[in-house]
Amino acid sequence: MTLTFEDFPVGRSGTFGPRHVTREEILAFAAEFDPQPMHLDEEAAKRTMLGGLSGSGWHLCSLMMRMMFDGFIGRAASLGSPGVNELRWLAPLRPGDDLTLEVEVAEARVSKSRPETGIVTFKGVAFNAKGEALCEMVSPIIISRREGVRG
Amino acid sequence: MHFFEDIEVGQRREAGSFTFTAEDIKRFARQFDPQRFHLSEEEGRNSLFGGLAASGWHVASVCMKMMVADGQREAREAAARGERVAVWGPSPGFRELRWLQPVLVGDTLSFAGIVEAKRTSASRPEWGIVQIRNSGTNQRGELAFSFLATAFVPRRDAGA
Repeated sequence: MTLTFEDFPVGRSGTFGPRHVTREEILAFAAEFDPQPMHLDEEAAKRTMLGGLSGSGWHLCSLMMRMMFDGFIGRAASLGSPGVNELRWLAPLRPGDDLTLEVEVAEARVSKSRPETGIVTFKGVAFNAKGEALCEMVSPIIISRREGVRG
Repeated sequence: MHFFEDIEVGQRREAGSFTFTAEDIKRFARQFDPQRFHLSEEEGRNSLFGGLAASGWHVASVCMKMMVADGQREAREAAARGERVAVWGPSPGFRELRWLQPVLVGDTLSFAGIVEAKRTSASRPEWGIVQIRNSGTNQRGELAFSFLATAFVPRRDAGA
């Protein structure tokens, strides 16, 4: 059954993953979108603030998106997202990391301009296997309300 | 790339443009964001977007790609002039990311960044912190994407 706005009350939470991240995919993403030495070159990366090869922050964001899709967005009446309020990269994504994603509904309200939809604001935190938080984001998603519910 | 001291609030940098093909949009979506409106022309037309639309994370990643390419071009030019090249540090995050207009197949976004603020770092004296509003504007002149990025930028005289 498709998840609708009503299925995302404030406080509802879930944990998704683990998602294993390989060195090859870190290098492939970096080569296409973020070819900085800290994401591409082991030796050069050791001399950077991150102290070793790390995945692009945008790769981590994209992986979090995929984990949310597999976790619930793929089954939800999602109409897309207007943006991300805030995102913090807290620790580097490393080759071989196993990511888990904790997601909680921070806010849920019916859209004023489109009352057949609601805006659900999720807080998501990605962790590595040691339990270190790597990335934290707060982002709204527009989700249809249940058939027949209006205004 | 500039050192912290060379950066002024209000400085604008053009980072070039990128055209989103159906193949690129679907390839990114299959990997990271397989929502139906990012995978199929027909589903896209039936969605709020009105056509096959790039994942917002694809748009953001392409913005990064253009910014990195522009920075590397600038660094090569500085090195060719015999100048010291500033290597920027990682970013602690961003705020106010907005997907304002759908990026549909065939759309061309022109990317730019404007410096909004700069300050020194108390905990890392060799680095400054710069906030830049990055944006992508489509071929119709509509602002389609923007966010307020934060970056660590090396200071010129702090042994960078």
